[in-house]
Amino acid sequence: MMNLAIASGKGGTGKTTVAVNLALLLSQDEQVEFLDCDVEEPNAHLFIKPKFESVKEVGIPNPVIDFNRCDFCGRCAEVCAFNALAVFQEHVMVLPELCHGCGSCAYFCPQKAISEHDRTIGVIESGSVNRIDFVHGCLNPGEAMSPPLIDAVKKMASRDKMTVIDSPPGTSCPAISAIKGSDFCILVTEPTSFGLNDLDLVYQTVTRLGLPSGVVINRCDIGDGRVEEYCRKNNLPVLLKVPFDRKVAGLCACGEPVIFKFPAWQKNFKQLYDQVRILVEGAVYNEKNDSY
Amino acid sequence: MKLAVSAKGKGPGAEVDQRFGRCPYFVVVDSESGEEIETIVNDNVDSAGGAGPQSAQLLSMHNVDAVATGNVGPNAVNALKAAKIKVYTGATGTVESTIKSFKEGQLSQATEATAGPHSGLRR
Repeated sequence: MMNLAIASGKGGTGKTTVAVNLALLLSQDEQVEFLDCDVEEPNAHLFIKPKFESVKEVGIPNPVIDFNRCDFCGRCAEVCAFNALAVFQEHVMVLPELCHGCGSCAYFCPQKAISEHDRTIGVIESGSVNRIDFVHGCLNPGEAMSPPLIDAVKKMASRDKMTVIDSPPGTSCPAISAIKGSDFCILVTEPTSFGLNDLDLVYQTVTRLGLPSGVVINRCDIGDGRVEEYCRKNNLPVLLKVPFDRKVAGLCACGEPVIFKFPAWQKNFKQLYDQVRILVEGAVYNEKNDSY
Repeated sequence: MKLAVSAKGKGPGAEVDQRFGRCPYFVVVDSESGEEIETIVNDNVDSAGGAGPQSAQLLSMHNVDAVATGNVGPNAVNALKAAKIKVYTGATGTVESTIKSFKEGQLSQATEATAGPHSGLRR
């Protein structure tokens, strides 16, 4: 029962490759739940190839004004932290793309003139294949706000299974929505200046969230040694180093998981998982002992 | 008529700001006499989003009838319509020279956006 998030500061480092291969490996021994939370560009299904069985729309509540009650006092615009409402002398303008659906406007309206109605921002698709239960979110094009959809994907998870979360890149709201609440964060990076810069950002983020983490260095034979040096300095465990391999890249381009074509990778991912398990269980053990 | 001009500074001598939603000041004048009524500080300069509609709301609160600026974006135009504030675009130079151009009918009234969304963030 572990909740494992795969994250990276920089995009295109190999999050999905790590996430799908790890999930497929673990599913050989147990039931695994895979949540693709990269809802702006979900692509894990291309590798895992689940049979989708259900589609559910996800919306966020937007304000609707009852002009029979509204007296244009402006309180709704005042309490909105996101400028989603503007009140004029005889009109109220709602900007749905700015609304975070917090409900403050309806709550504070003195005239009770605001009701909330869901506006669809995307869908959740779920299905399964072999021993993987698969869920992903697809954000509608043009939508700026993915966290409500990511939260909805995570709500679909059952708590009694090994869960692998493929996060969106970066360190802003979508990435945080995806990784929060997990037991461990695997940070995928590459040994380049961009890789190092963004690893630093995401490491600071997960640390502030109180999440234990470790690093996978992808394409470890390009670039320089600064990422490893950074990990050493910060006592950040390097869980796996993946050399650049044209054949692996070719498989990824065809939507083929690496572990099935190259059995050596099964061993590598198994080692990766074993290290994570030791780190997570060690953290739990330390926590228990600290409390005495 | 109360005319607001988007400006980079306070008072009639200030340079016109081409941005509507993210100008730091609105200099409000009596369009007939050209005299300054007030300078409104616009807090929406650094807002994450919705600067246009919020600036329209600000002008509406100050009972402004028309605004002269460089450009307006799509949300700003719709908001100004809802607020029944007329929009004149193509203002350049100082607030003073803009009032002159306005009086001479050299500024065009805009009924649709003259700039794309978030244009005010690009400078």
